[in-house]
Amino acid sequence: MNAPTDILKTTPLHALHVKLGAKMVPFAGYDMPVQYPLGVMKEHVQTREKAGLFDVSHMGQAKLTAHDGDAAVLFEALVPGGITTLREGRMRYTQLTNEQGGILDDLMATRFGDTLWLVVNAACKDDDFAHIAAKLEGRATLDIEQRALLALQGPLAETVLSALIPAAKDLVFMQAVWSDWQGDAVLISRCGYTGEDGYEISIAEDKAVALAEALLAHDDVEPIGLGARDSLRLEAGLCLYGHDIDTDTTSAEADLIWSVPKRRRDAADFPGADVVNAQLSNGMAKQRVGILPEGRAPAREGTEIQSVTGETIGTVTSGGFGPTLGGPLAMGYVPPAYAAADTEIQLIVRGKAMPARIAAMPFVPQNYKKG
Amino acid sequence: MSKKFTKDHEWISLDGEIATVGITDYAQAQLGDVVFVEVPEAGRQVSKGDDAAVVESVKAASEVYAPVSGEVVEGNGALEGNPALVNEDADESGWFFKMKLADAGELDGLMDEAAYAAYVKELD
Repeated sequence: MNAPTDILKTTPLHALHVKLGAKMVPFAGYDMPVQYPLGVMKEHVQTREKAGLFDVSHMGQAKLTAHDGDAAVLFEALVPGGITTLREGRMRYTQLTNEQGGILDDLMATRFGDTLWLVVNAACKDDDFAHIAAKLEGRATLDIEQRALLALQGPLAETVLSALIPAAKDLVFMQAVWSDWQGDAVLISRCGYTGEDGYEISIAEDKAVALAEALLAHDDVEPIGLGARDSLRLEAGLCLYGHDIDTDTTSAEADLIWSVPKRRRDAADFPGADVVNAQLSNGMAKQRVGILPEGRAPAREGTEIQSVTGETIGTVTSGGFGPTLGGPLAMGYVPPAYAAADTEIQLIVRGKAMPARIAAMPFVPQNYKKG
Repeated sequence: MSKKFTKDHEWISLDGEIATVGITDYAQAQLGDVVFVEVPEAGRQVSKGDDAAVVESVKAASEVYAPVSGEVVEGNGALEGNPALVNEDADESGWFFKMKLADAGELDGLMDEAAYAAYVKELD
């Protein structure tokens, strides 16, 4: 995991991160900022209260075009989400699944005409793109887009971004539009992974630093690293691929069934549909839940979850401290019998059983701009 | 006496029979915002290098090791309610525990202030 720095990839903003005083760490094969001089706690609060700028250029972007007809029809066969029903400029969160229903990655898909714009996780992008290209070989073309991706998140994101790109203010949550900034095409999407209102902005690599600097010039914007990105998404109850979801979890077990419309379940026409449907009908061995430790000690990934009678019932998949929540929080998997909110459990932290309870997610209310 | 330092960034300061142990300002800066501290209870026997306390930032948990062997006589109760004290004042009021040394001679194996400063400079 700790690859030598000289073989790590860099994003177009790398020099800017260093100039801003970021502490850089290896992440998904990239040398990325984990925090800036402000520190994780203040960066988190900045994003909740004002606006934070994240470099997410390590994520994969690609355009899918069918050789004949609508790319959404082809892509829908690879995911459990409702893709053919997307209207122009609308986006959905979904998962690439295998034949066992295991999650290969989670992603965003946006419709523009008969094409889809896909944004996938950095650590999975090579495998994802190879998987999609192989599954749709001869029927569609997947163009990998070498572009930078910035995320501007927080309650002041609309004010800040619309001053530079006016089209931003006309979007609602999960809507995207191609616009332009200083003569270059930019794709702005009203989405993100912090639980706050905000945008992701896809821009040509050679224009990314200029746009980042223009955004950072605003008094209400600060650069935010991966540390706060993690605490923000955890408070928002959002899954981190490779931790909270992976090929050993299905969309049902991961409590992502809200992203699987009834039409797809009834048609059972996505990879692993039979497994997912059986789990929904007959019950499952485990499901993802939110967890609130009762003390102050954070329970980290890998922490054993026990029933109050000391039986091992599961494992924490993400855990830490929520700066907005003001205390520790976690998510993990337990059998459905223990999954109801307020069920008492215990977490084994450094050999000691710490009382905790199951909690509804998100831990902090989401603040999206719905239409 | 003046402070002595370990390679794991603990400091220890002896006053009569009792030594106070904390983490260095360099260590707190590396950790970032401290959100939880667990200090040892009075009466616990620790050997040099044992896990003696835990310090957690938003992102990660770290151990604080006993710089020398001895018996813990007091944990810093103030850190439970205000773990951020470690960030604000690592060298003084953000101390972790006090201990009675088993062998004051063990202190000779630790770095003095100048040696620690040189050690940290090499890490950066």
